[in-house]
Amino acid sequence: MSNASRTRNRAFLLSGLGIALLIAVFLSPFASQDPDGLDRVSQDQGFENKASEEPVAHKLPFYQVFDEYALRGVPEQVATPIAGLVGTLATFGLAWVAGKALIRNKSEGSDVQDR
Amino acid sequence: MSVTVSLFQPQLALHIPDGFLSLPIILVTWILAIALIAICLQRVQATYQERAVPLMGVCAAFIFAAQMINFPIPGGTSGHLLGGTLAGVLLGPWAGSLVMAVVFIVQSVLFQDGGLTVLGANIVNMGLIGTFGGYYLYRSIRYALGRDSLRSVLIGAAIAAWTSVFVSSIVCAFQLAFSGTVPLNVAISAMAFWHFMIAIGEAVITVVAVSYIWRTRPDLMYHPPRHAVADTSRSYSSR
Repeated sequence: MSNASRTRNRAFLLSGLGIALLIAVFLSPFASQDPDGLDRVSQDQGFENKASEEPVAHKLPFYQVFDEYALRGVPEQVATPIAGLVGTLATFGLAWVAGKALIRNKSEGSDVQDR
Repeated sequence: MSVTVSLFQPQLALHIPDGFLSLPIILVTWILAIALIAICLQRVQATYQERAVPLMGVCAAFIFAAQMINFPIPGGTSGHLLGGTLAGVLLGPWAGSLVMAVVFIVQSVLFQDGGLTVLGANIVNMGLIGTFGGYYLYRSIRYALGRDSLRSVLIGAAIAAWTSVFVSSIVCAFQLAFSGTVPLNVAISAMAFWHFMIAIGEAVITVVAVSYIWRTRPDLMYHPPRHAVADTSRSYSSR
């Protein structure tokens, strides 16, 4: 990869991640609190109580840190934005690392992406 | 009772919580998810090149962030982007599916959103139906209308995004019914009713995101427009 395309990719990475972070941090508090699709159906049809009271995820250490999309132990106004920040970075990092690990040092010449 | 439940499941969208699906359905969906993800890992390794990596990270981050933003729909319900079709359009079905799996893993492990036992079902419903079904529908429409025009890309993406969410909700209804959670006819009509509208939001967000990539870095797309590829190779050789 040339230096120019490296710089362009870095610019794309930073602007794309920046947009995602802005959404997760600044828009998340304004998300609708109405029940969504399946939630609404489960309430209307009376099967919401089938959701397990002690889901497996509650046994993970992360449950001590996050209560759904809210960081525990901080004021309500920042709990969801911080959860959004952490979650967006974690998702970005995992996907990027997975991509890097799978696609290692492949030359641009071996392009079979564009069939 | 309902108060406790809604306290820890306030925004599940199509995210199925633990307890809604029976063991046979859980197993079938896990097997399907794992088999397809294994094929995707192999295909990404064999056929993708490095330029896909930045878009994988950005696409995953955007879909996670966008899934937090529930938009209201008429009737006191809300919905949010699923993103499967978006990931398929931008990255192709193989890397797109991996990105979706990453999103659902982070949501269920870190934030208890979507049950861990039903993660396979959630990956299939909200990820793979979009990354495979949505992608192939989008590609057929785009290629039929003219591969290199933004118009055909956006028409294809919009129709595929809408269809994939609507189909996902029907598939989810079947899983709930086969699990004995709710009768089939009730599940289908209720899920279809709300997701008919939620899917419109999916199409709008998908169109906005795809246009942004088309305008800024079309060369990073899975099927880049021919002019974008020509531009890049020219700039490579001149340096």
